[in-house]
Amino acid sequence: MEFFRIRKDIPFMSWGRYTTAISLLTFLLAVFFLLTKGLNLSVDFTGGTVMEVHYDQPADVQSIRGALSTLGFNDASVQNFGTSRDVLIRLPIKQGVSSAQLSDQVMQKLLQADPTAKMQREEFVGPQVGDELVRDGSAALLFVSIGIMLYLAIRFKWRPAVATIVANLHDVIIILGFFAFFQWEFSLSVLAAVLAILGYSVNESVVVFDRVRENFRKMRGASVAVVIDNAITRTMSRTIITHGCTQLMVTSMLFFGGEALHYFALALTIGIIFGIYSSVLVASPIAMWLGMTRDDFVHVEKKQEVIRPGEEV
Amino acid sequence: MNRFPLWKNAVIAIALLLGLLYTLPNFFGQSPAVQVSPLAANAKPDDALRAQVAAALLNSNVPATGTSMEATSIRVKFADTDTQLKARDVLDRVLNSEGQQPAFVVALNLVSNAPSWMESIGALPMYLGLDLSGGVHFLLQVDMKAAINKRIDAATNEVRSQLRDARVFYSGINRDGNRIIARFQEPAQRDAANKLLEKMFPDFSFRSEGEGQDLSISFTLRPEAFKGIQESALKQNILALRNRVNELGAKEPIIQQQGEDRIIVQLPGVQDTAKAKEIIGRTASLEIRLVDEEHPGPSSMTEPAPFGDELVVERRGVPVFVKKQVVLTGEVITDASAGFDSQSSRPSVNISMDGKGARIIKQVSRENLKKRMAILLIEKTRTEAISVATIQDELGARFQITGLSSPKEANDLALLLRAGALAAPMEFLEERTVGPSLGAENIARGFHSTWIGFAAISVFMIAYYMLFGLISVVALATNVLFLVGLLSLLQATLTLPGMAGIALTVGMAIDANVLINERIREELRNGNSPAASIFAGYDRAFATIFDSNVTTGIAGIALFAFGSGPVKGFAVVLVLGILTSMFSSVLVSRALVNLIYGRARKIEKLSIGNTQWREEAPPQS
Repeated sequence: MEFFRIRKDIPFMSWGRYTTAISLLTFLLAVFFLLTKGLNLSVDFTGGTVMEVHYDQPADVQSIRGALSTLGFNDASVQNFGTSRDVLIRLPIKQGVSSAQLSDQVMQKLLQADPTAKMQREEFVGPQVGDELVRDGSAALLFVSIGIMLYLAIRFKWRPAVATIVANLHDVIIILGFFAFFQWEFSLSVLAAVLAILGYSVNESVVVFDRVRENFRKMRGASVAVVIDNAITRTMSRTIITHGCTQLMVTSMLFFGGEALHYFALALTIGIIFGIYSSVLVASPIAMWLGMTRDDFVHVEKKQEVIRPGEEV
Repeated sequence: MNRFPLWKNAVIAIALLLGLLYTLPNFFGQSPAVQVSPLAANAKPDDALRAQVAAALLNSNVPATGTSMEATSIRVKFADTDTQLKARDVLDRVLNSEGQQPAFVVALNLVSNAPSWMESIGALPMYLGLDLSGGVHFLLQVDMKAAINKRIDAATNEVRSQLRDARVFYSGINRDGNRIIARFQEPAQRDAANKLLEKMFPDFSFRSEGEGQDLSISFTLRPEAFKGIQESALKQNILALRNRVNELGAKEPIIQQQGEDRIIVQLPGVQDTAKAKEIIGRTASLEIRLVDEEHPGPSSMTEPAPFGDELVVERRGVPVFVKKQVVLTGEVITDASAGFDSQSSRPSVNISMDGKGARIIKQVSRENLKKRMAILLIEKTRTEAISVATIQDELGARFQITGLSSPKEANDLALLLRAGALAAPMEFLEERTVGPSLGAENIARGFHSTWIGFAAISVFMIAYYMLFGLISVVALATNVLFLVGLLSLLQATLTLPGMAGIALTVGMAIDANVLINERIREELRNGNSPAASIFAGYDRAFATIFDSNVTTGIAGIALFAFGSGPVKGFAVVLVLGILTSMFSSVLVSRALVNLIYGRARKIEKLSIGNTQWREEAPPQS
């Protein structure tokens, strides 16, 4: 079996204007939603209390809300979680009430209303921890971006490095944009997924640029666009198969991993799809427009020439 | 060209064997167990205790599935948690008679079912994180400001009494923020004070100020002393928490420092979170009281106490009557350390008190020479005399408790004196509770999704790459084996994000084999011989595989450095997974290919799917 029997190079670079335009549009939309709607940050970041309660029969969300408002929690959010028998309750931070008292109070109240209520999970995060996580998260993102850029700059030179990091950071914004648009919960594990996918999809550009380097050596006299087209076409099979396999695993997590892994897998899915697109169809045109030439790759070749001066070049 | 030297094959075989060995314990599962350990300092579990435990369980009809003797405890395994709970109650009742100080700690535990020889070579199952095992997690912040406040307050009082004792006249001593200012009217007095205080308070730096009649010394804590106070406050709080957590009988409590001023407490399997919070959050106190010497000591635990007295039990189990009137409370103790008495060179505990404490203890000890004094540790539910000692002399700000039987006893006592009460108040920053059924569900889900994903990838790879696909799948399976084996060897804590990390690693690791297989196909298409194609495929793909793993590695390291808790677990798995996947996808799969194709003199065809078509040559211009 073989999916890709492409006998002719696909002229990706001639579509560069369109592919980057699509990218730019998605990116701007993502920024727009991030600014207008904002992320639905989980309790990890905002601080507060989350309780997951299980009932033996379908839970009456209205009466739970009522019970909470008698405790003074008018701004508590109560929603079904997974099944109709599971309920997720979110309580904001309340001044002067310790977390310990809070969840106990709530649980007592819920047990009065329905003795089958069972606490599955409870999380309390204080406000200062949330602030720290936001800071650490940004620091991690910065560290990854700089680390990858340095690596690529050493590996290739600055043009491909900048192109790659731009393409991949725009993936990150797009993932965040999806989370903002759908108001999916952005938790610590989603952040982990975003960073992992950033590292992962950079591979794609590395593989393509590796081929570009090889082609610059082999295809003497070919234009930059032709060289890139050939590199992308010839690595496409591997790209699709690899990402397809990773996506198989992620899809399995999405469907069978339960609520806890749901958004994690969702972030990975978006990341993988846009990762392929941008690291191939966005990074290369950007590198080309930045003026990438043979010189960005040629230093390795020169060394070889020096080592073997007898050979005809 | 496609044969590995013997040593390479041997390395792979040994790695596989080790991987298998260290992965295996995870499959034996764990049994609920009850752990019985004697409380007395030097007591060790023996056969008599073992027989007692067995008899108690037999009498109450609680069937055990196995008993093992450890260095400090006896562990009894049971078929299920219901029996385990019943057994705990039975053993607690039989071994610890009611109303007395317990002689044994009877705690719930989980014991691996793996054969004991595995345990002896360090092959243990991974720990399960709270999200998988259920339990509670707390992140506490120690209020360092309060610890420092307390120290400066104590110092202010001490300065006052030191100066008074040395008959140095001052016109005023007060505190201004983190500074203590002592005022004097005469230069001679100030100099005398300066000399004395510099000797007494090495933690402070001094500055003389003012002129004429308005002279002063202002002293502030040295920066390094700040650090020392914070460290000891944190240590003391950790010790106090450890003492308290023992009471809860949690399976494998984790109490560790995080950062400069935080403490993590994790209690897997604890169900009663309200109780856990109460015990962790409560404040114990120390009290010093006099022993009632007018009445004969109690002969039994149940003897009613005379009026104004209270019956308390000493550490060794001897009951005494102490007066209800409190001489001093624990706050006055600024430090306690174990050492040796300079005269008898026997173990002792050196206690330091602040000025207020010193003044009172001086007076009380003078009036009660040759009488006994008790130090009590009072917690919500019980009072225990951690020391009962006869007053030999008039005591001051620093005094010794001697006559202790061993350095260990001295250490224990010093620790209790320091740790009985918290050095500084703590605040709950974070609190997570996971019910046990949710934990079990999370394990099942994590396991299922990995398994289904793996199966889907396998089916695809075999269909697409035929025999080479199968080889890739086998390499992928060994990758999981290595990864789990390594995590078990490191005794990592497996969390749900960690499981997701394993799944993701599997999904990403296949990349290496896809790269290799695609290269081999390409080489074949270009008309190379099968053997040469295999060689070139592996050879050329390696650089790319390495490259593509570096960036994921950078992300993993960042997550490890900046992440906390579960995210860290994910990062560890991600980074280890990269290492194991490079080994398995390059070396293990190559070894398999060599085994299949390396021996043949001439290979006709590789089973890697159809490669009988040619692409057009790239256009030259």
